[in-house]
Amino acid sequence: MEILLIIVSAIFVNNIVLAQFLGICPYLGVSNKLSTATGMSAAVCFVITLATLVTYLLNKYLLLPFGLEFLQTIAFILVIAALVQMVEIVLKKVSPSLYQALGIFLPLITTNCAVLGVAINVVTKEFTFGLPSHMLGLGEAVLYAFATSLGYGLAMVLFAGLREHLALSDVPKAFRGVPIALITVGILAMAFMGFSGIA
Amino acid sequence: MSKFQLITKGLVKDNPTFVLLLGMCPTLATTTSAVNGLSMGLATLFVLVLSNMAISAIAPVVPDKVHIPVYIVVIATFVTILQLLMQAYTPDIYVTLGLFIPLIVVNCIVLGRAEAFACKNSVVDSALDGLGVGIGFTVSLTVIGLVREILGSGSAFGWKFLSGDGMLAFVMAPGAFLVLGYLMVLFNKFIAKK
Amino acid sequence: MAVQSNFRNMVLCLTAVCLVCSALLAGVYAMTKDPIDKTNAEILRASIGAVLPEGGELSEAKDAEIGGQASEYYVLMRDGSPAAYAVKSTVVGFGGPLALMVGVTTDGIVYNTSVLSHQETPGLGAKCNTDAKFMGQWQGFDTNSKVLAVTKDGGDVDAITASTITSRAYALAVKNAVDFVRSLAGAAPTDGASGASVPAGAPKNDGGQIDE
Repeated sequence: MEILLIIVSAIFVNNIVLAQFLGICPYLGVSNKLSTATGMSAAVCFVITLATLVTYLLNKYLLLPFGLEFLQTIAFILVIAALVQMVEIVLKKVSPSLYQALGIFLPLITTNCAVLGVAINVVTKEFTFGLPSHMLGLGEAVLYAFATSLGYGLAMVLFAGLREHLALSDVPKAFRGVPIALITVGILAMAFMGFSGIA
Repeated sequence: MSKFQLITKGLVKDNPTFVLLLGMCPTLATTTSAVNGLSMGLATLFVLVLSNMAISAIAPVVPDKVHIPVYIVVIATFVTILQLLMQAYTPDIYVTLGLFIPLIVVNCIVLGRAEAFACKNSVVDSALDGLGVGIGFTVSLTVIGLVREILGSGSAFGWKFLSGDGMLAFVMAPGAFLVLGYLMVLFNKFIAKK
Repeated sequence: MAVQSNFRNMVLCLTAVCLVCSALLAGVYAMTKDPIDKTNAEILRASIGAVLPEGGELSEAKDAEIGGQASEYYVLMRDGSPAAYAVKSTVVGFGGPLALMVGVTTDGIVYNTSVLSHQETPGLGAKCNTDAKFMGQWQGFDTNSKVLAVTKDGGDVDAITASTITSRAYALAVKNAVDFVRSLAGAAPTDGASGASVPAGAPKNDGGQIDE
């Protein structure tokens, strides 16, 4: 039950883009085409889950025992940057086809605030998934990160689909490009507000 | 470019929010009221000026291949300093802005200015550039916050002029996107040079 | 850039930058530690002071389980015996955790309540921290004669308009605190029927209208 709650809450109720405003830059940047949006979502999904796993362990076994919480931001961003580089190198060697598909998105992910945001959220925020507030266990943390990134993918793919249609419409000049995109996201966010209160 | 232009270009010509479309996350998330927008803008301004100065000072001795990690570490340091100072002296604002203080690290404005300006210019010019872009960002955030506050809660800078509630949707998530979208339209139509 | 990107230079540069930055941070951390602790202590003292009557001596924080989770409480001692308790009580609201400080006197009367943190919707549930009518009703709420549940559930708590779930959660948090104080005094919990209809984490929505 709790697992289901984590998933529903992370994907729909507290959708990372539409309710928490994380990762907006790539959200607006690469959602022009459905295919690139799917590629970006997959890359983000992979990196968020991996980064959360590593930063969670780093925080629990290195920063907290030594009273170094104030180095959290700096340590996390370094881990994420290193991780992204590593994923890029490994992917290039092991699976060139996957690298071809995700490669161009990977460097962008370091500065995607969704990754750092989720990593910080997991270790600092008190969670209450219908239960007393407590720090998440490793399994829940990774699950939460994975579900959140699925929410990112969902919002991204939905929006890319809308934008492909928008590109064919006759939009007034001042609205063209980002303004109309933002207004579309606003309406999408309104739809997602309907989920609040479920969990 | 004169020193004066360095400071004023962030307002209209290179406005980080409306023209360059950078730093969208804090722009949308923290502008629930004019005061919140202003605080976020000033926090970013603080990091921008200091990191720009530090980076322009160390840039000549940083090997090219590692310049991004080095810049990120420098920026993260200033962000953490800001975080600690805010926790100590402005706890209310720190709680309101929450997660978005540490996230200044990945605000593309800060890294963007380091890459595009600070690493090639003098310390003084870099400080002015940071100041200019920071002021532009602060003004944009305050305006967005003000519009959302007026429409959403019927008040301006905390001063209430409507007895009831405003249109609540504007303080919530959808309102952020809608207000920014429409303000951008107005900006394109009336202020930006064609 | 003047410096070559060979291995030695890169390692040197990264190490130096990391060292300098960590040292700088450690310095600032040491400098701000006391002010941060002081600020946090002040915030806590203010929230406790707001919910307890004046006079007497306040105890240190004591750990306890309140509403099924680890929390803490403070005892106000007057003339050598406890006069009132300030209890930190957290429940699930509409948008997330809702943490209250609840002041209860030994005879089961709520002295006052204050919101420590909440994630309720601005303009709706968030009114639990601003609405004078809602907040005012807790002062002197006599749990011996009144039932701690919203009127919709047959209790005596006036809910915030259009925010029933937040109001229910608030009432539950107060009830948990009062029950805890009663258990300290060895008395029976407040009327069981009112609590049973408000299960934590499963707030019901009442239908078509926007109702939080």
